[in-house]
Amino acid sequence: MNATMIQTSGLTRHFTVKKQTVKAVRGLDLQVEEGELVALLGPNGAGKSTTLRMLTTLIPPTSGTAAVAGYDVVVQQREVRRVIGYIGQGNGAAHSQRGRDELVSQGRAYGMSVRESRARAAELIASLDLAAVADRPVSSLSGGQKRRLDIAMGLIHAPRLLFLDEPSTGLDPQNRANLQEHILKLRAEHGTTIVLTTHYLDEADAMAERVIVIDHGTVIADDTPARLKAEHAGDLITLGFASASDAARAAARLDALAGAAVTAAGATVEVRVAGGSRLVPGIIRDLDAAGIAVESTAVNRPTLDDVFLNLTGRSLREGAVGNSGTDTVTAEEVAA
Amino acid sequence: MSGTTMITDTVTVFSRELRPVLRDPFSVVFSMIQPLVFLGLFAPLLPDVEGGSALQWFVPGIVVMSCLFSTSFTGSNLLFEIQTGAHERTLVTPLRRPALIVGRALKEIVPMIVQTAIIVAVCTPFGFDLHVGGVAAGVAILAVMAVGLGALSYTLALASKNTEWLFWTVQQTVLFPLLLLAGILLPVDDGPGWLRALSSANPLTYVVDAERALFNGEFPASTVLAAVVASVAVAVLGLAVGTRAMRRSS
Ligand SMILES: Nc1ncnc2c1ncn2[C@@H]1O[C@H](COP(=O)(O)OP(=O)(O)OP(=O)(O)O)[C@@H](O)[C@H]1O
Ligand SMILES: [Mg+2]
Repeated sequence: MNATMIQTSGLTRHFTVKKQTVKAVRGLDLQVEEGELVALLGPNGAGKSTTLRMLTTLIPPTSGTAAVAGYDVVVQQREVRRVIGYIGQGNGAAHSQRGRDELVSQGRAYGMSVRESRARAAELIASLDLAAVADRPVSSLSGGQKRRLDIAMGLIHAPRLLFLDEPSTGLDPQNRANLQEHILKLRAEHGTTIVLTTHYLDEADAMAERVIVIDHGTVIADDTPARLKAEHAGDLITLGFASASDAARAAARLDALAGAAVTAAGATVEVRVAGGSRLVPGIIRDLDAAGIAVESTAVNRPTLDDVFLNLTGRSLREGAVGNSGTDTVTAEEVAA
Repeated sequence: MSGTTMITDTVTVFSRELRPVLRDPFSVVFSMIQPLVFLGLFAPLLPDVEGGSALQWFVPGIVVMSCLFSTSFTGSNLLFEIQTGAHERTLVTPLRRPALIVGRALKEIVPMIVQTAIIVAVCTPFGFDLHVGGVAAGVAILAVMAVGLGALSYTLALASKNTEWLFWTVQQTVLFPLLLLAGILLPVDDGPGWLRALSSANPLTYVVDAERALFNGEFPASTVLAAVVASVAVAVLGLAVGTRAMRRSS
């Protein structure tokens, strides 16, 4: 245990499109230990897929090096391929094939016997709820069914290291939860190292104990979701008042609060500050003493989007494809 | 997990490619529609040759045509897999890159044999004189050619990764000149010099000539040898460029 599974140094990839150079990944230094579950989080075009494609031997780096399970991704491609599983952003099963056939072929590709491949395929078909569609042409499957088949294919050889590029895109909430459970189980039972990319902030938050935030091809933050939030974004206190003038007076008073960012809009004031719920009673007393009545309060814990916003000045949610809109915003209503 | 070899990898790829054909055998007939239309509408126009039906001359050409059609189309399956992500998935497996092209190209032999059997079976009642040994030898040569043509079609698909039109443009542009210059529909022997020169540069010409002799139960050594050389050359070229393209594929 605790061998280094992924080690990159100055990993860089440029693409040339119509004589213009796109710097998709710029000097990535990354280390992932065996058994870690890491989420790469970033907006469209951040370089997440390109990073995975280099780590899975699909494309060579422009410069820099990467080792996967101790094997160099350029020099020892076959060794790398034997160790890893990869679920790409596209669909892995050919439309002309049947799901079960593709699973068996996939097992054979990894050197499993026909019997072993069949047994393993049957097992995955059952556990990913594919029994009803596994013997139909893949072209007739729904998006979510195809995605589950992709996942089954990536798991056929029980890889030590699994890469998933946006695994839950196109899945309904139930199947997303199912997939998350599957991934967590895989890790608990086999100690599989997992690297996934996602647009779903709640998914990164709930599953990964380590989130790597990528923007413009570089790592801009790398920590546990809890520490990222504590460090890069405070709680959001929302105070409601009877009038806009009350709100303006309150905002002026609250400006004095240490480390707080205060914005007033209409009859509400938003205060972004660490440890919000502990501050609220004091704030209410203080405003009360100044003759300003607080009508309502809410404290929202920060989300990873707030972290991203804080780090880049942009929101991940706007323009991000397939955002769920169901990020767990834990609101703690405080009695006023 | 046991080890894999170039051979097991090739078998894996070959069986994967073959499976949709086995599951839906009728698909083999689809690419034959055009050759069968030619057979039905063209053969009756041909004058009977000395000592036999015009079919004796025409059938071997149609067999080669049918093989040319289905092998040249076959890259489109790979092109579709490139677009959906299935190809990317296979590239991440430890399958050896040459096996990814060799296994696919070898599969082309199977539909070719089925198509030949159908054509021969359809034509024999109408006066085609069947020589089983000759047909078998002809199929053996055509198998090598099918591997080469299939590999070239797959190479074209890999090269057309981001430009699907390229595949269809090249395939259509190359298909009919190859067909006509090989003397499949009309003999080239009486054509002008430049046409005969082009025809002799076309490897298919030698194969068609040999197929005509073999299907007629003759075994002219030099003609057969020329066809073997032409087929092997196309197969070696196809597999070489195909392997190279597969290694670079991402
Ligand atoms: N094959 C390619 N040719 C040219 N440019 C490319 C290629 N692949 C990626 N890029 C460019 O590199 C940048 C990073 O792309 P990448 O696919 O890695 O982003 P991503 O973080 O996975 O985004 P998304 O969330 O949309 O999947 C983008 O600007 C993209 O246009
Ligand atoms: Mg991506």
